[in-house]
Amino acid sequence: MRQIPWARIAVSIFFLGLLATPAVMRWRLAQRTLAAHSTLDRQAALARHGFYLEEASHAAGIDFVHQAPTLDASLNPIMPEVASMGASVSIVDFDRDGWPDIYVTNSAEGSKNHLYRNMHDGTFKDVAEELGVADVNQRGTGVSMGAVWGDYDNDGYEDLFLIKWGRPELFHNDRGHGFTRVSEQAELPPWINANTAVWFDYDGDGLLDLFVGGYYPEDVDLWHLKNTRMMPDSFEYAKNGGRKYLFHNLGNGKFEEVSAKIGIDSRRWALASSAADLRGTGHPDLFVANDYGVSELYLNDGKRFHEAGQQTGVGFAPKSGMNVAFGDILNDGHFAVYVSNISENGALIQGNNLWVPKEGAPANTVLFENLARDMGVELGGWSFGAQFGDLNNDGTLDLYLTNGYVSLDRTRSYWYDFTKIAGGNSSIIGDARDWPAMDGRSLSGYQQKHVWLNDGAGRFVDVAQAVGVTDTYDGRAVAMADLWNRGVLDVIVANQRGPLLLYRNTVAPGSHWIEFDLRGSSSNRSAIGAQVELAWNDQKQIQEVSGGSGFSAQNDRRLHFGLGKNVQLKSAVIRWPSGKVQRIDSLVPDKLYTVEEPR
Amino acid sequence: MSQPTTQSKTPPAGPSPLFRGWTPVSSRLNPYLPPIFITLILFVGHLSFGILESYQKTILAIVSAMACELLLSRLLLHKWPNLASSYITGISVGILLRSPGYWPYVVCAMLSITSKYVIRVNGRHLFNPSNFGICAMLFLASDAVATLSIQWGNNLGAMVVIWALGSLIIWRARRFHICATYVASFLLLSVVRAWITGDPWLSEVSPITGPEYQLFIFFMITDPKTTVRSKWGQCVVAFLVALAEMFFRLGQSIYAPLYALFFVGPAALAVEMWINSRRAPVGSRQPIVHTNPVQP
Repeated sequence: MRQIPWARIAVSIFFLGLLATPAVMRWRLAQRTLAAHSTLDRQAALARHGFYLEEASHAAGIDFVHQAPTLDASLNPIMPEVASMGASVSIVDFDRDGWPDIYVTNSAEGSKNHLYRNMHDGTFKDVAEELGVADVNQRGTGVSMGAVWGDYDNDGYEDLFLIKWGRPELFHNDRGHGFTRVSEQAELPPWINANTAVWFDYDGDGLLDLFVGGYYPEDVDLWHLKNTRMMPDSFEYAKNGGRKYLFHNLGNGKFEEVSAKIGIDSRRWALASSAADLRGTGHPDLFVANDYGVSELYLNDGKRFHEAGQQTGVGFAPKSGMNVAFGDILNDGHFAVYVSNISENGALIQGNNLWVPKEGAPANTVLFENLARDMGVELGGWSFGAQFGDLNNDGTLDLYLTNGYVSLDRTRSYWYDFTKIAGGNSSIIGDARDWPAMDGRSLSGYQQKHVWLNDGAGRFVDVAQAVGVTDTYDGRAVAMADLWNRGVLDVIVANQRGPLLLYRNTVAPGSHWIEFDLRGSSSNRSAIGAQVELAWNDQKQIQEVSGGSGFSAQNDRRLHFGLGKNVQLKSAVIRWPSGKVQRIDSLVPDKLYTVEEPR
Repeated sequence: MSQPTTQSKTPPAGPSPLFRGWTPVSSRLNPYLPPIFITLILFVGHLSFGILESYQKTILAIVSAMACELLLSRLLLHKWPNLASSYITGISVGILLRSPGYWPYVVCAMLSITSKYVIRVNGRHLFNPSNFGICAMLFLASDAVATLSIQWGNNLGAMVVIWALGSLIIWRARRFHICATYVASFLLLSVVRAWITGDPWLSEVSPITGPEYQLFIFFMITDPKTTVRSKWGQCVVAFLVALAEMFFRLGQSIYAPLYALFFVGPAALAVEMWINSRRAPVGSRQPIVHTNPVQP
C-alpha cells in the first residue's frame, strides 16, 4: 500500500499559502483605504469626519493657472520632466490688516506672479502688478520657483524673498503699500537655481537669516545650456547639484553668505527645507530634504551647524525627498517630520517618511524612527507638498498631501524609460541627451490626493475623497491658513500647469479652536521660531512659527490649534527665539490672541 | 547517463543565485567563504552607500530563509541542513528586494526556499530560487515591492570593482563564457532596440551599467544548479535570456532581465532533460528512482 506523503502535501499547501499572501495583504489594505476612495456628500462628511473641503477658488475671485517654464531647446525631449516645478503658494498678511493674503508664483518666461489681497468678504483681488511683485519672470532673469516671507528689517511688515531658477530677488515691503526690489543692496548672488528657502534666526540675534538650497548648479543657465550634462549623476547618490547658501542678516539691509563658515557644505539636490527647534535647545535646527539622495539634518548649537542625518536616523536611506513639514502629531510636545518621496506600483516603492522622535534620547539630542507605514501615511504616489494642520478641530494634527508628477497622455507611461536610465552609470544618467524622449507620456500623472485624518491613537486614515478633495492635478505646494478668520484651516494648493485650488473648510459645529498671532520685539518681528506649547484638558501640543515649510510653500504665521469638544484650556507657554519664556493663563477658546513679546 | 537521476540524490538546498557560481571555488578554499564574502559585501555596501533600507529587513529575510530551510529539510529529508545557502538566499532577497514593508521580505525568502522543495522535475529544481521568489513577488505584489536596484551608486569606481571581482570569481568558476555571451548579446540587441524605439543607444545600454545587472550577470545567470550542462548550451541559453529580455523591454517591462531568466532558464533545463532522455540508450530508459524523500 502506497504511503500518503503528508509532509509533501503540507509543504505544497504552505507554498500555495505563500503565493496567496500578497493577495491577502492587498485585500487588507483595500479594506483600510476604503474610506479614501468613497465620496460622501457634505453632510455625511461633516457627520463622519467632522469637516468638509469645498473648492472655492473661482467663487473667491481666483482664476490662476500656473504656466511651466520652457527651457533650452536641447531639453525638449524631456521638457515636461525637467520643467516640472515652479508652482508655489505662500500665505502672508502683507498689509497687516489681520486677514491672510496669498502669493503664488508663475514660471513661464514673461508670466506674472500674483499677490491676492484678502478683501474680507470672501474674495481676493490680485494686487501684484500695482505693488511691484508681478513682473518678476522677465526673460534673462530666470523664473519663479517659490516665495517665502519674513520681516528681515523688523519694521513690522513681511518682506518677500523670491526663490528662482535664475536671479534671486529680495523685495522690501513698504508698509503694505508697495514693494521695493533690494536684491543688489542685500548682496545676493547673481544666479541660483533653487527650489527651497527658509527664513529663520539661526544665531538668535533678533534678525532673520535666510537659507537657500540649490537644486541645479548655480553656473547652469537652463535657458542657454553650454552642454546637456546638467542632470543628476545618480538617482540616489547625486552630489552634483546646486550649492547651499546661508545669508546672515547684518542688520543694515545687507546679508553675508556664511554657509561654509558655519558648517553647511553640500551639493545635494535640495528640494525642500524647514527649520524648527527639534531638540528643545532654543536654537532652530535645519532639515533639508534632497532629491536623488539622503536628507540632511543640520543641528544648531547656536553658532555652528553640524550635519547629523545619519546620526539621527533621517539621513541613511537615499530617496527622493520633496517635502519637509513639522508637526506634534502625538500631542507629546515633540515634532515629527514628514518627508515625501516616490511610490509607484510595480516600479518604485520608496514610501514617504514620517520621522518620529524616539523616547529616551539623551538631552540635546534626537533620534528618529520612520513610522510612516505604522501610522498609515507611507504611500502617497509621486508625492510633493504636505502640511500638518488640524482640519477638523478635534485637537490632533491631520496631514494634507498633494502629488502627481507629469500628467499628459493617460494611456501611455514613461516609467519604463525612466527606470531604464535611472539605474545607469553617472556618465549616462548625467547627460540629458541620453534620456529617452517623453513623447507626451505621463509619469505618475492624474493621482488622487491624500487627506490623512489623525485618529489621536497613532493612526492616520485617508479621507480625501470623502471630504471633497477629488482633484487629480499635478500638485506641488500646499499651504494652510484661516483665510476668513472663522477658526478653521483652509487649504490652498498650487498645481504645476494647473489651477490654484482654494479648498474652503467647513468644520462641524461643537469643536473649538484657538489661534495665536505672535509678534517679536527683541526676537525677530515675524516671531519666526517662536514656539507655543498649549495645554488643555489632559493634552498638550506644540507649534512653531515657520519661515517656510512643505514644498515651495509657507503657511500663515498665525498658529491654529484645534481643541475638540468640552474644552478646559489651561495655559499657553511661548518660547521666544530670544530665549524669553512667556506664560499665558486664563485663555478662552474660539478666539485669536495677538501676543507681543514682552520687552 | 541521465543527469536527473544523479541529481535526485542530492538535497534540494543549494546556494542562492548570487553565489552559486562560487561553489566550485569555495569548495576548494573554504565552504564558509561565500557567506562570509557576501556578508562583507553587504556591510561595505551598506556602510559606504546605505544599500539597505534597514538592517531589520535584511535580518528578517535571512532568518526567514534559514528557518524555512531548517523546517523543510527536517520535515522532508529528516536531516539537518547546511544553512549557508539559505543564509545567502536571505541576503540576496535583502539586497535585491525593495519594499517599505516587512512582510514581503519574509514571504519572498520563504518562497525562494520552498520553491526548491516543491517545484522539481526528475529530482532537479528548475527555478533559480531567488529569481523565482523575487519574480513571484513582482507578479503578485507589485503594489508592495520593487527591485529598482540602484543602491550601489552610479559611480564608475563601484562599477569597476564589481566587474573586476565578478570576472575573477566567474573565471575561476569556469563560467565566464556565460557572462561574456550575455553581455555581448545585450550590447548587440541594445542596438536593435535603439533602432526600433528611436531612443538614444546609451539609454538602451544604461541598465547594464547599473549594479543590479552586475549581480544578475555574475551571480544569477551563472547558477550551476539551474543552468544547462554543456558549454555551448550555456552560451545559447545566455543569448536566449538576452533575446527574451529584449522582447520584455520592447513591451516596456521594468523587470525584463528577471522575467527573461524566469521563463528561459527552466525551459532550457526542461529541453536539456528531454534531450538527455532521448539520447539515453533504449534499455536505460527506465523510470527514475527517486531516493530523495522530497520527490513523489
